[in-house]
Amino acid sequence: MTQLALVIDLNVCVGCHACVTSCKQWNTSGWAGPMVDENPYDADPTGTFFNRVQTFEVGNYPQTETVHFPKSCLHCEDPPCVPVCPTGASYKREDNGVVLVDYDKCIGCKYCSWACPYGVRELDEQQKVMKKCTLCIDRITDQTLPESERKPACVLACPTSARLYGDVHDPDSEVSVAIRERGGYPLMPEWGTRPANHYLPRRKTRMHITEDELQRADNPLTKEDITVYTGEETLDDVTW
Amino acid sequence: MHPAFSVIFLTTLIGAAQGLFLALFTGQLYASIRLIEPQTDVFYAVGSALALGLLIAGLGASFFHLGRPERAWRAATRWRTSWLSREVIVLPMMMAVVFFYGLFHWLEWTDPFVVLGDDMLAIDATFVIGAVGTLVAFALYVCTAMIYASVKFLEEWHSPYTVGNFIFLGAGSGFMLAAAYSAYIGNHLVGFYGTWAVILTLLGLATRGATLVRNVGLRHKSNLQTAIGVRHRTIEQKSQGFTGSSFNTREFFHHKSPEFLRLVRLAFLVLVFPVPILLIALAYVTQSATLPIIAFVAQYLGLLAERWYFFAEARHPQNLYYQSVA
Repeated sequence: MTQLALVIDLNVCVGCHACVTSCKQWNTSGWAGPMVDENPYDADPTGTFFNRVQTFEVGNYPQTETVHFPKSCLHCEDPPCVPVCPTGASYKREDNGVVLVDYDKCIGCKYCSWACPYGVRELDEQQKVMKKCTLCIDRITDQTLPESERKPACVLACPTSARLYGDVHDPDSEVSVAIRERGGYPLMPEWGTRPANHYLPRRKTRMHITEDELQRADNPLTKEDITVYTGEETLDDVTW
Repeated sequence: MHPAFSVIFLTTLIGAAQGLFLALFTGQLYASIRLIEPQTDVFYAVGSALALGLLIAGLGASFFHLGRPERAWRAATRWRTSWLSREVIVLPMMMAVVFFYGLFHWLEWTDPFVVLGDDMLAIDATFVIGAVGTLVAFALYVCTAMIYASVKFLEEWHSPYTVGNFIFLGAGSGFMLAAAYSAYIGNHLVGFYGTWAVILTLLGLATRGATLVRNVGLRHKSNLQTAIGVRHRTIEQKSQGFTGSSFNTREFFHHKSPEFLRLVRLAFLVLVFPVPILLIALAYVTQSATLPIIAFVAQYLGLLAERWYFFAEARHPQNLYYQSVA
């Protein structure tokens, strides 16, 4: 079994929104598009997005830190949005675990969006069908692309490599190793949706220096030359 | 959640229609065993037409909820997993049963197949259709309610009370409509239907009241800590990623003040429960022909408010991600 997914490293995400814009660009131009915008240059612009970067502040001033939080479909292993769909338009691909919507079958009843606790499904205001992150299914399955480009647009765009992509069921994949060794966690585990996407936590790199590391215990300056001089001629006074 | 009027009208109209059908068949059952005076077939036929009209109106309202109504037929395919799909199947069944129940009465195809007891219970075609229709009506109540009650993320809805509310409030308004109908045409069943309407409304008060009490003390499973996975007591959203609106900010919020919500709750608690009960009791005493109609209209308006509040009070966990624009 293959379960493709993203692993997002909150430790290095700088909140630049490059994944948001590259996602919109790729998907509005391709199979999933257009992702229409309404009033794009006017008051109250709105539009369809598969991916957003949100910002949270943790703690009270001055002990605060900023967490940039990219949010897209988590491609749950037990997706609650799929069984509620009355038409079967919402489905999870058997071969790679990506959760998709068949735009030709969707009736736009919005019921699947109610059944997603993460709020990652959006009704397209002009096409009137439900849309969501496809993990760039048209790109990752395109055998004509070189292997290195067969990745979601957001992953390729991320300047800090905060987005890892791969098969989370393969224990030796980059994403599985990252989840296992760097504390990867799922969102809202209390619902039992088993999200495939994981997040890597913020980590602080701290130096631990003890007192005896600052004060060198065997410093020769303190060890040697214990002579107390009281004005007599020393070796420095000798002229050669 | 955003209260959509398409769904508010759908659930209240078909709820009343199913209740009216149940009332008509209950009347037929009581009349056939001579507990109440028998009615003409026209009474049942016109009543069925009224119920069918409400069902059609409800179905029509539901189409406004769909982005692609021309594909609505596809919604019958996933009945194995989706309560919405089940409702899409059972609703036309209900309409067919009501249609044939009315048609058989209208054509007076009521020769009994078999007479049970000492000429006590005559089983004719309308009796069989009515019995089947009773099952279908309850199945439809359950399907409609389970659409909401089965979504575990909406914890305000995810309870057996929701099913009770849809059954009792729908049936209550249907029996109230039957009482109004009887009062309008001036037969003697106002007291019979009115009594049932009061009983069902009181049962509805019990389940709806229990829902309100439950939801006041409801502690949501998710919070901002589990939403973003950071273990800290103080987390504040600084940006939701965009300054405009989106589907997420429209579909899951009612955008009304808490005062407005309290007002709607008060309105439905008054209009659905005490007002119709008092009016129907008054109608019983004064033999008024108009008070039962006013009672039904008041209760129906109250049910619109009740359904609006039902949506507005449900808080979706996705809202945790949309607490601050920028």
